[in-house]
Amino acid sequence: MKNFQLQAKILAQTKIKNSYWRCTLRAAPIARLARPGQFVNIKISAGLTPLLRRPFSIHGISGDKLTLLYEVVGQGTQILAQKKAGESLDIIGPLGNGFELKSARPALIVAGGMGAAPLLFLATKVKTLVLVGAKTKEQLLCVQEFKKSGCRVKISTDDGSAGFKGRVSELLKHNLAGYNTIYACGPKPMLKAVAEVAKKYKLPAQLSLEEHMACGIGACLGCVVKTKDGLRRVCKEGPVFLAEDLIW
Amino acid sequence: MKTKLSVTLGRLKLKNPVIAASGTFGYAEEFKDFLDLKKLGAIVTKTLTLKPRQGNPAPRTCETPAGMLNSIGLENPGLEIFIKSKLPFLKRTGVPIIMSIASEEEPEEFLELVARINLIKEAAAIELNISCPNVRGKDNLISQDAEATYKIIQEVRKITDKVLITKLSPNVTSISAIAKSAAEAGSDALALINTLGGMSIDIENRRPKVAAGIAGLSGPAIRPVAVKMTWEVFNAVKLPIIGMGGIMDTASALEFMIAGATAVGIGTANFIHPGVGAEIAAGLKNYLLKNKISDINKLIGSLEI
Repeated sequence: MKNFQLQAKILAQTKIKNSYWRCTLRAAPIARLARPGQFVNIKISAGLTPLLRRPFSIHGISGDKLTLLYEVVGQGTQILAQKKAGESLDIIGPLGNGFELKSARPALIVAGGMGAAPLLFLATKVKTLVLVGAKTKEQLLCVQEFKKSGCRVKISTDDGSAGFKGRVSELLKHNLAGYNTIYACGPKPMLKAVAEVAKKYKLPAQLSLEEHMACGIGACLGCVVKTKDGLRRVCKEGPVFLAEDLIW
Repeated sequence: MKTKLSVTLGRLKLKNPVIAASGTFGYAEEFKDFLDLKKLGAIVTKTLTLKPRQGNPAPRTCETPAGMLNSIGLENPGLEIFIKSKLPFLKRTGVPIIMSIASEEEPEEFLELVARINLIKEAAAIELNISCPNVRGKDNLISQDAEATYKIIQEVRKITDKVLITKLSPNVTSISAIAKSAAEAGSDALALINTLGGMSIDIENRRPKVAAGIAGLSGPAIRPVAVKMTWEVFNAVKLPIIGMGGIMDTASALEFMIAGATAVGIGTANFIHPGVGAEIAAGLKNYLLKNKISDINKLIGSLEI
């Protein structure tokens, strides 16, 4: 697939809650090609701080517009959150393989914390049951958006402040009946737990992983994960991997 | 006004001095959407070994102030798979290909690699990577030992007519002493610098941020060190130098040439701006035009001090 590098104008920057933000960019060639599960790599500031680009999942597409969901966690995202509509960002994309949409249906979607970022885009294509998990009610993301995209939503929180009390991988066990594929994204321990559930119930699971990247285009070999076939690049052969291929 | 951008490294003629540095440009195909590869003076492959190498565990990189650390551990598919699956694309670019090689068992592996590369018509030059900090023990690089450097180059020189480039480590007391050894042993050119040894620590879990612990620092943070070493080596030996270390743009490439580099290697910048090599080649031409310099070779080592 062809990649583009372009100056994308920020159309909107909205604080959702706490440290979570949504950013909409105009990036026509990328928006036209992007598939759920792919990402863009952004040079947040023109100078040396931060030096490297930062990868962001594509959260949604609308015409020539592209939406990102991000959490302010470090220097890069702090600077990003200060950018205003009208400013531009140097972005590269669409990168990575994305989710395989032709998998056996019905499928269900499992979003842990920031894992909602790529999964909302997926949910618009695979209208189904979405399990949304977080540590607390405050950290639940995109519940209304998933509903608006035509999905049913069930919630879990680790502290029980909303929905099922416990891990989203536990909630998954109670909701597997009748589904043939699992799509998931979230923190590594959650994905590992989802992989274990998938294995136990003999269901194929597509997991979207995250790893530190220097280039995002397959050149630096920095972002590798262990698979049955050896090390694979999260930016190129991923970020979506079949759970059965991963070695944890 | 006519401007001459071409330079020579031994018998290797480059249409311009801009070289994509080893380990930062994959096997070129990864960059085809971002620049016209033909605009580059040469492309150095990711370092190859005889057998495939899996490399080091993740995390392999982390960002540091104005730079980055990496410890990839020379992951590569091995020479034979490279020839079958990566070389055809590189050949089609028409750009001189410099084959970077490393060895786990020198000199045997180096000699076997070179014998095989001798048969590849399109291999314009061989770069001996005797300075990768991420294999072979941390304080035990060939390029940290003048005698070992001399020996390996001499052995390789005996069996090849290809242009021989030696890549040097900055992690030494005197890079000039190593450069002299390389020159005496028959190297045609020198590439410097490889990464500086570095470390970064996560204070929450008290672990190194790169899994291997010690890693190699690159990027603008190391540029002044690299410019100084280029100047030192320029004054110590007559060999052409490929200067590199944190080149981000035309201005930083020019610094190296004025310090004595005949060509410049673009490394970390490729990760950030994948098309930067072509931009620098165009930028060098504009600099010559603006300053009414007819030949870029007049710039090499033109530092006034």
